This record gives sequence, C-alpha cells and structure tokens, in this order.
Amino acid sequence: MAIETFYDVIRRQGISRRSFVKFCNLTAASLGLGPLAATQMAEALETKPRTPVIWMHGLECTCCSESFIRSAHPLAKDIILSMLSLDYDDTIMAAAGHQAEAILEETKAKYKGQYILAVEGNPPLNEDGMFCIDGGKPFVEKLKWMAEDASAIIAWGACASWGCVQAAKPNPTQATPIDKVIKNKPIIKVPGCPPIAEVMTGVVTYITTFGRLPELDRHGRPKMFYSLRFHDKCNRRPHFDAGQYVEEWDDEGARKGYCLYKMGCKGPTTYNACSTVRWNNGVSFPIQSGHGCIGCSEDGFWDQGSFYDRLTGINAFGVELNADRIGATAAGVAGAAVVVHAAATVVKRLTSKTDA
Amino acid sequence: MGIETPNGFKLDNSGKRVVVDPVTRIEGHMRVEVNVDANNVIRNAVSTGTMWRGIEVILKGRDPRDAWAFTERICGVCTGTHALTSVRAVENALDIKIPENANTIRNIMQLTLQVHDHVVHFYHLHALDWVDVVSALSADPKATSALAQSISDWPLSSPGYFRDLQGRLKKFVESGQLGPFKNGYWGHAAYKLPPEANLMAVAHYLEALDFQKEMVKIHTIYGGKNPHPNWLVGGVPCAINIDGTGAVGAVNMERLNYVSSIIDQMITFTEQVYLPDLQAIGSFYKDWLYGGGLSSTSVMSYGDIPEHANDYSPSSLKMPHGVILNGNLKEVLPIDHKDPAQIQEFVTHSWYKYPDETKGLHPWDGVTEPHYELGPKAKGTRTNIEALDEEAKYSWIKSPRWKGNAVEVGPLARYIIGYAQGKPEFKEPADKLLTDLGVPLTALFSTLGRTAARALECQWAVHQLRYFQDKLMASLKAGDLATANTDKWSPDKWPAEAKGFGFTEAPRGALGHWIKVKAGKIDNYQCIVPTTWNGSPRDPKGNIGAFEAALMDTPLADPEKPLEILRTLHSFDPCLACSTHVMSPDGQDMATVTVR
Repeated sequence: MAIETFYDVIRRQGISRRSFVKFCNLTAASLGLGPLAATQMAEALETKPRTPVIWMHGLECTCCSESFIRSAHPLAKDIILSMLSLDYDDTIMAAAGHQAEAILEETKAKYKGQYILAVEGNPPLNEDGMFCIDGGKPFVEKLKWMAEDASAIIAWGACASWGCVQAAKPNPTQATPIDKVIKNKPIIKVPGCPPIAEVMTGVVTYITTFGRLPELDRHGRPKMFYSLRFHDKCNRRPHFDAGQYVEEWDDEGARKGYCLYKMGCKGPTTYNACSTVRWNNGVSFPIQSGHGCIGCSEDGFWDQGSFYDRLTGINAFGVELNADRIGATAAGVAGAAVVVHAAATVVKRLTSKTDA
Repeated sequence: MGIETPNGFKLDNSGKRVVVDPVTRIEGHMRVEVNVDANNVIRNAVSTGTMWRGIEVILKGRDPRDAWAFTERICGVCTGTHALTSVRAVENALDIKIPENANTIRNIMQLTLQVHDHVVHFYHLHALDWVDVVSALSADPKATSALAQSISDWPLSSPGYFRDLQGRLKKFVESGQLGPFKNGYWGHAAYKLPPEANLMAVAHYLEALDFQKEMVKIHTIYGGKNPHPNWLVGGVPCAINIDGTGAVGAVNMERLNYVSSIIDQMITFTEQVYLPDLQAIGSFYKDWLYGGGLSSTSVMSYGDIPEHANDYSPSSLKMPHGVILNGNLKEVLPIDHKDPAQIQEFVTHSWYKYPDETKGLHPWDGVTEPHYELGPKAKGTRTNIEALDEEAKYSWIKSPRWKGNAVEVGPLARYIIGYAQGKPEFKEPADKLLTDLGVPLTALFSTLGRTAARALECQWAVHQLRYFQDKLMASLKAGDLATANTDKWSPDKWPAEAKGFGFTEAPRGALGHWIKVKAGKIDNYQCIVPTTWNGSPRDPKGNIGAFEAALMDTPLADPEKPLEILRTLHSFDPCLACSTHVMSPDGQDMATVTVR
C-alpha cells in the first residue's frame, strides 16, 4: 500500500506546489541552512512519510498532554493516526526503557532536520540537572541532544515557555524555560497551564496544512492565538463597561454573571484565546464559570501576588478608584460606562507595552 | 546476597540486573531495576522516583487561598484532586465551613476525575500491557463483532465497523510509521488475547480517546476548564441561578442538563464498554496472578466523598476509611491524620537529609533538604547512572509509613477495606466479578486484581455521580442556591497561627495535605501522595514499598522485553510528579534547599 507522505497530505489539503516549495525555503532559512538544504527538504517531504514528532517531558505535571488529547477538532486520534507520526511520547508510547531510548537515536539519524521536537515541562539545572533524570542522565542533556537535529521546536505550556510553577520563587531546582538552554533554534511558545487543546492542535496542524510556521510575536507566541487579552472578548465585558462587579463570592452579582475584576481577575492583562476559543470544545472558560482568570499563560504569573489581588494592587494604573466608585454607585448612572471605558483604555495602553 | 525484609520478602540481588528507564505510560519520571535469577524470576526490585520539583518549598509565604492552584499543578493527570485536598486543608486550619451545594459539586468534580482517570488509565496507559496491537491485524472482523455482541449491548459492534477500523489500522502499520506503538513488545509470549479480542480492545482504545474529552466537560461547567479547573476556599467558584435575571451568566438549567447528560453517557460507557472489556481481558489472564505485593497484607484508605458538608468522619465518607495490617481482614484500624506517631516519612533511602535519619517525621514537622548522592555500589557516574545502590539513597521519593508499616493505597486497597467492612456496594460487585471469572477471593491480591478494582470503582463512581447530581437538583428545588461561604474570606478574620490537614482519595489512592498558617501566610505545607506510599524506597528497617513488593517473584518471559514489569507497575497507575514533593520545615530558610 502506498504511503501517504507529508507532501500528499498538504496537497490533499489544497496547498499548491509553489507554496510547498516556499515552505521548504523558509524552513531551511529559519534553520540557517542554504538553498541546497531546501531542495533536500522538499525531496524528503515529498517522498518521506508523515512528519515525526518527538514529544519530551521534563519537570511538568502532564497537563499539556492531557489537554492535547482533549482536542475536539481535530480529534487526537486523527492527529496520531493520520497527520503526524508521534514516535516518542513517554506518556502514551508502548515502548519503555532501552526500546524507547532507541527511538530517539533512530529518529535523530533517520530524520535529521525533519522532525518536530515538542517539549512539555522544563529542565532543572541545579544538582547537575539530576532533579530530572531520564535514562539515568540529566533531562537537560537529552533535550539539547534531540534539539540539535530538530526542524522546529514547540514549547508546550507555561513550563517549557516560561518556567511555570516549579520556577516560581525561590525556584529550588533552577527549573529553566527551554529557550534558555536551546539557543540556536526557533522555538514556538504555546503558553498556558495548560494551553487550550484546540490551540495546541491548531498550531501543529497549521504547520502541516498551510506549509509554513505560524507568525510569531516577539516572545515567540503564535499571533493567531495570543494577540488578544481575553478581557477584550470576555462574555462578562459588558458588565465591566457598565460598572457591574461581583463584590463577594456567590453574591447577587456573581449569580448575575457580573465582572470578576474586583475578585482579582487577570483577564485585562492576560494574552490567550480562552474567551474566544473557550475550553473543552467551547463549553466554557474560567471567567464564564465564575472564577477570575489567574493569568496562567503569562510569564511569571505565579509571582504576581495573590490570584485574588486586584490588578491595580500590583500595577497601580488607576482603574481601581474608578471601578470602586462605579461599582458602589448605581449601575445605571449616565456616564459611568464612559469613565470605565477610559480606565480600560489605560489598562490597554499600559499592558500593550509588554506585548509585541 | 539474600536478605529477608521485616515485611516478609526475600531479596536476592546476586542475579542479572535488568534496568527499565524511562518507565513510560505513567505520569512523570521513573526508573526500575530488578535482579532476576537463572529462571528469569524477579528476586530483587528497586523503584526510583527520578524527578523533584519542590512545590511545597515554593508555597511558603504565599496566601493560603492560592495554595489550591499551586498544588493542583502537582499533577495534570489527576487534575483537581490536589486542589480539593488543599482547600480542605486550608478550611480545616481556618475553621471555614462550606455550604452543602459546594460539598455536592466538589464530590461531582472529584468523581468525574475518578471516572476519567480510571478510563484513560485502563485504555491509554495500561491496555498495551495486555493487548497486542499488531495481532489485531489478523483478526476476523465478523468474529470480532460476534465477540463484542456476546459481551455487551454497545452499538458500535458490527462486522463492518471492525473491518473499517482494521483497515485503518492496517494502513497505519503498513506505513512503517507506528507512532506511539513503535518498538512495543508485539508478539511477546506474555500476550494472551486472541486477535479478535485485540481488535475489539484497539477499537475501544480509540473510542475511549474520543469519549474521555466529553466527560471532563463537567469540570469545564463547574470549574471553567480542564485540565486544571478552578476551586475556591469556602466553597466553589460557580454561582447558581436557575431562573432569575442574569441566569444565563451562571450555572443555570441548561448547564445542569448538560452535566446530567454527560453523566448518563459516562454510565453507559462504563457499563457497556469498560467493564465488559475488563472482564473479557481478565478471562484470558486469570492464570497470571502475579503482582499482589503488599495488597494481601497491608492496605490503607483515608476515605472520601463526604455525604454531608464539613463532615469528614468515616460515617459520612462514602469511600472506605481505615488500615488493614498483617492480612487481618477482620480488623480495620482507624487513621488519625493529626497523630504524630501514625503517619511519618523516612529518608534513609531517599535523596534528602534529616538530622536523625533513623526516625520518621510527621508531615506537620517535615524536613526537606535535597541531598543527591549515589551509594558506593552504584555503577556509572553521578550524571550517568548505570545501576543504583539500593543499600544507600536511591530515589527522590520519601518513604511514608503508617505506624511503621509500608502500605499499599489505591482502588484495590479501597475495595479490600470496603470488602472487609462488609459494605455491600464494594463486596457484591467484587464477589460477582470473581464468580464470573471463576477465581477465588485471593485472586484479588494481584496485578489483575488491582486493574479489576479500578474498573469496579469506576462503575461505583458513575452511579455516585448520578446520586450527587440528583442531590444538587433536590437542594435547588428546596430553594438552596448557596455555593460559597465568605465569612472568613478576609485574612483579618483568621487566627494569628493555625494548622490543619485535608485528605481525599485520589484515583491512585490516599492523598493528604498538611498546612501551617502564620500571620495570614503559609508557614509550612506538605503533601503525602498515593505514589509516595506505593513507590516508596526502603525504610530504615528495610521494609520495601508496594511497587517493589509487587514486582517480587514474577517470572519474565524475556528480560530484554520486560512486559511483565510494566504490567505490574502500571496496575498502580504511578504518578511521579505527585510523589516527589516535600516542604521545608518550620522556620527553615528556603535558601537552604537550593543546593549549590
């Protein structure tokens, strides 16, 4: 039976030969390789099978893997059976021990410059790296070794992208985001704790469908999913604008779905797709279900004070006075919405400085 | 050399050493080494947790109301169970009472996790230890259909369905790119299923992969997302509004119906797919009854799923509470989480330092100072371990003991305790399964028994989900909408100093958090998790833990392909990110844990 190659897959998706060649050129260039390499890559993708993916785990909690398999479109099984070749993933792979290790060596040799390295978790550098041991050796060694010959590297989640919970102060293991130990390769960061399933599969399938890497912001995040604060599209946003706030858990405002800003919601400073893509096939997202956003896709979100501190308590950009005053007065007062909108603009201006 | 451990195992590490690292299809990082004799029977077992993250160290000085989010990130597989344990610990310390509805919704969240975790474990982490994927290619789709229809009413069972699936699988295998099935032990002598059973199981592997994402929507509705839904000290964050203004922005009738519908699907999937599969697979492996380990002698369960809010006494808990020692099923001993002499952790064989390592420490007084060093008999180097020295320190997991005893925790422990207590909801399904398979009660004390108990528990849990969702509806009908108590939300209402504990039964077993609060901040936090109990290294007296005990005396068909080792380890559903967490002691400067 004929093998469906990467080229077959993208042709089936309607990608032209011209776009395919362009993808190869761009990928080769992003890897610092010359035109000859692009030709070789094109040939490989036309004649070789599905793109191998090596999914490695450092210090993490496996929430990224769990999120990935929640994907509703496409289904996780279709990705695994038809779109990619998930040749190594400690969490679901059949092989173990030296049979598992052998896959890494084989992939590195057989698919040099052609496999995607997906990293969940991060390497600890203290104790000679032995706070995370894999095959008897420090995880960081294995990570760097597999990164050498990868075509693209994906940093899944807050751990690989920023460090996440084990890197929160005082970071006892010196857990380190992967771009601090892999410096000579482009790294696509897909932050969140975990990232949304369809964002994860969206990034992977974007590459195979459109034949190019997604456009990234200056932090390395795909712009298509991380360029909006979820405050911008929040279903409770009209209540923010109208000055209608939850003042206490389970109060009248909570039961009416008012804005959670005063309960510490980090929506106004968090870049993610939660309020648009939503979670678990669009069923809900944290704010919709009554708890403020804890900002889990932002760098260092564990060390920004309590999750229940109002944003102004941290950054003091003048919203609190307005929000408090408006929340305390009748919601229907003319002009209130205008004042809040002005405040929201301040938030936007200040936070946009940290964006690309 | 041969030694006998105080808990009754004869260890002999003179034979050939077999190393499995990484152990895959688990959460986190783990290594196991065994010695086999001339007949390839395991005569010594060494299990090692190979990661440490130090989350409790990180918690020190934080707001106790935030602790659930930190501890939830201990594990994304058993997502939410640490968060629940944490809010219970904080509420216990600060004497915060939660509303009945909050207790009910928390139970629904926890039970949803139990069901999800058990299903994903069975199909995606454990099944490949029993099911040969490649053998499924030679199955007859018609015969597969007949088999499937003989054991269940599940509608996806036609010959055409299995033929299509087999075709897809064939294309996949023939592509030469086996993906996650690459380098599996296909064709291994320890696989016993006929091709048709293998094909049916592969079909259900894929169906379960599709369905697991549906179950967790219950977490999404009440907690906003999954993995890692949101929790709240004092209740649950989701407000309920059935018919008032703004109901569309809260948990309303549509949302409640959504949950109810998912629960119905969970009951159907569990009873028409999971249980029949377990029984069918079990019938081919009922002669392979290795892996009992500590289960026939020492098991423990804290209990969980309180019927009444704020009542964590055994009479309120719907999951069994207690300890069985020395195989004495006639006596179930009570557990006191506050008693400094009951639950203690030792570090003699763990990569930590204690002032006096002959003694164990209660979690409220726990000390953690990482101290990575290999023993004199280890092979390789400090950063390239070839073989560990189990006479010295050899794991990032500590050794917790109950009154000095190594115990097994998890679904099998819960079923044994429930059985011993004569509780019909645990005893009757267990007896029925044993009768159907034609095996004696002692067959429960095995790898297969552990796997079977998990399936039985899943069935119990789906019906408890129905019970608690109905209970929530009854409460709403009676006019009670409360989901949170904010009387002590503000830290100025807290005592200057307080300490407390919280516990749950995580899918993998007994889970406890202990907290000390001082001046509104966390002063000390410690978790002892199921895999710490099960995966513990030896203690100062030489008792081996549940993983090591379960591997003992198992014959390997081929030591180069140690399928039997994976099978038994997986039956515990190890969670290594959970197991290796520890907290600095009272007053210890956090900087001291940053070695180097």
